[in-house]
Amino acid sequence: MSAQQQTLPLNGLAQDSAVTYRGDHLLVAEMVERGSKVLDVGCGEGDLLRLLETRGIDGRGIELSREGVNRCVAKGLAVVQGDADTDLVNYPDDAFDYVILSQTLQATRQPRVVLENLLRIGRRAIVSFPNFGFWKMRLQLLVGGHMPRTENLPATWYDTPNIHFCTIKDFVQLCDEINVKMERAVALDLYGRPVRANLPWWFWNMFGEQGVFLLTRAGKTK
Amino acid sequence: MTNVQSIASPAILPEDRAHEADHPSSLVAKFGADQPLKLDCGIDLSPFQIAYQTYGRLNADRSNAILIFHALTGDQHVANIHPVTGKPGWWETMVGPGRPLDTDRYFIVCSNVIGGCMGSTGPASTNPATGKLWGLDFPIITIPDMVRAQTMLIDRLGIDTLFCVVGGSMGGMQALQWTAAYPKRVFSALAVACSTRHSAQNIAFHELGRQAVMADPDWHHGRYFEQGTHPHRGLGVARMAAHITYLSDAALHRKFGRRMQDRELPTFSFDADFQVESYLRHQGSSFVERFDANSYLYLTRAMDYFDIAADHDGVLAQAFRGIQTRFCVVSFTSDWLFPTPESRALVHALNASSARVSFAEIETDKGHDAFLLDVPEFFDISRAFLQSAGSARGLTKAGG
Repeated sequence: MSAQQQTLPLNGLAQDSAVTYRGDHLLVAEMVERGSKVLDVGCGEGDLLRLLETRGIDGRGIELSREGVNRCVAKGLAVVQGDADTDLVNYPDDAFDYVILSQTLQATRQPRVVLENLLRIGRRAIVSFPNFGFWKMRLQLLVGGHMPRTENLPATWYDTPNIHFCTIKDFVQLCDEINVKMERAVALDLYGRPVRANLPWWFWNMFGEQGVFLLTRAGKTK
Repeated sequence: MTNVQSIASPAILPEDRAHEADHPSSLVAKFGADQPLKLDCGIDLSPFQIAYQTYGRLNADRSNAILIFHALTGDQHVANIHPVTGKPGWWETMVGPGRPLDTDRYFIVCSNVIGGCMGSTGPASTNPATGKLWGLDFPIITIPDMVRAQTMLIDRLGIDTLFCVVGGSMGGMQALQWTAAYPKRVFSALAVACSTRHSAQNIAFHELGRQAVMADPDWHHGRYFEQGTHPHRGLGVARMAAHITYLSDAALHRKFGRRMQDRELPTFSFDADFQVESYLRHQGSSFVERFDANSYLYLTRAMDYFDIAADHDGVLAQAFRGIQTRFCVVSFTSDWLFPTPESRALVHALNASSARVSFAEIETDKGHDAFLLDVPEFFDISRAFLQSAGSARGLTKAGG
């Protein structure tokens, strides 16, 4: 058997040089300092980890789907099969400089516990999620009278893995409640472009299709 | 008439196999009285020897060495014709030019474990103190003992840090023992279908095998070689039972189903009517041709005693605290001997130690034996892991 025959068709492996990265991934990567140690929770096929590696960042990943994990490992990435809800407890305090949860929070059973774990394991957390307060969502519910579906969230209510949707406003409120400080917040529009930064929260909550937050632990007071 | 058949007598002369135990058809490292092997049972084994094979070339800065560990009934003949059976090496799918363990890039070493019967000192070897075979006078050995002996071999070869340690099943146990006991000497580790401890069920299966050997009257309390016999029936039964645990219900069904062997109808006897019976008998009889019964007792015992956490106050994560070694852990969905939760427990301990670890569970119906078979996804993962580790180690494509 030749080496070629043993190779699986792995997406993105061959066209390494011509890889294009997702807008939110580029934004996240830009938030991470070079030389730091990162855990990507829900790392999918490892696209963000590969982007981070090109920047000299020591990246590790957790992914729920076996296929996703095996594709990552077959790209040489340090990824393990695991569940954000159950497996974060195995990591010690301060194990990472950053823990990233990209488009996964809404699919966890206990988002609050997950968020607390992110900031226990990592000194900082970067969380991105679809904003359920986005105007298209509101419009579909208000006018259409049905659960919203968008280009980025095409699943129907009965087969979606997303069980804990929230709005940017809800998320900000949760961060306040569990004493988490926002170092940076960015809203992205439907095309992954940042919404202008000098606008008020209500505008973001209406026109941001997703939110990306850089979080740290607020001091011990509270 | 009831036709009763049992395991066929060995076709290979016992003398041929016995000869390999003292005079192996491979490289040998001998350790004299000044270099005893300190065993966990408290005995210093001396003198002793390690039989090994190498493939590929060690590079100038000695940074491309991979140590492979064989499983329970394997040996050092990874990628060459076996001197006793004449069959290909046991891991030729993984080891060779262009293979995941690429002999054009890496210097590959595999040694027969201490306690084995293919040239490393074990119960089938001659005890120099008496001039007779060791038999049951051989001290009980453990997985850490095997690994301690390997460190002496690696020292002898002038290698300080291994680029990778690789093994499946009992071989995976040795790989994990290396990382736990000598973390600074191991740059990366590929641990396949294994565990950090032997489960109660696995100890039970091993006990079944040992009892089968010892129940054979030809065993003679381990002195069969003095009686001109070999407990081939007992060892054959042990192998048949063990072989079932290496497969899976689905794989047995796929390969044999309820198909008959060279006949249409049942013979109403205890002959091997079913293909699966015939297959198992063949597995039993071909195994006894190449393996020493006492060695089987010692090696199964070594696996039973294995428990890394026990040496670290029962906390597995303590064994890997602060470790810099890069890990790749692989399990197979249909492996019920070393099921995925065993690997997952290891991964959790490595996560708790902030180790760099990849963990893949591969879907296959081939059972525990999947690590020895043609499973392309396993090859891809192994290859990518080694290439990634190789870049981190600064290995160039030419192996340099």
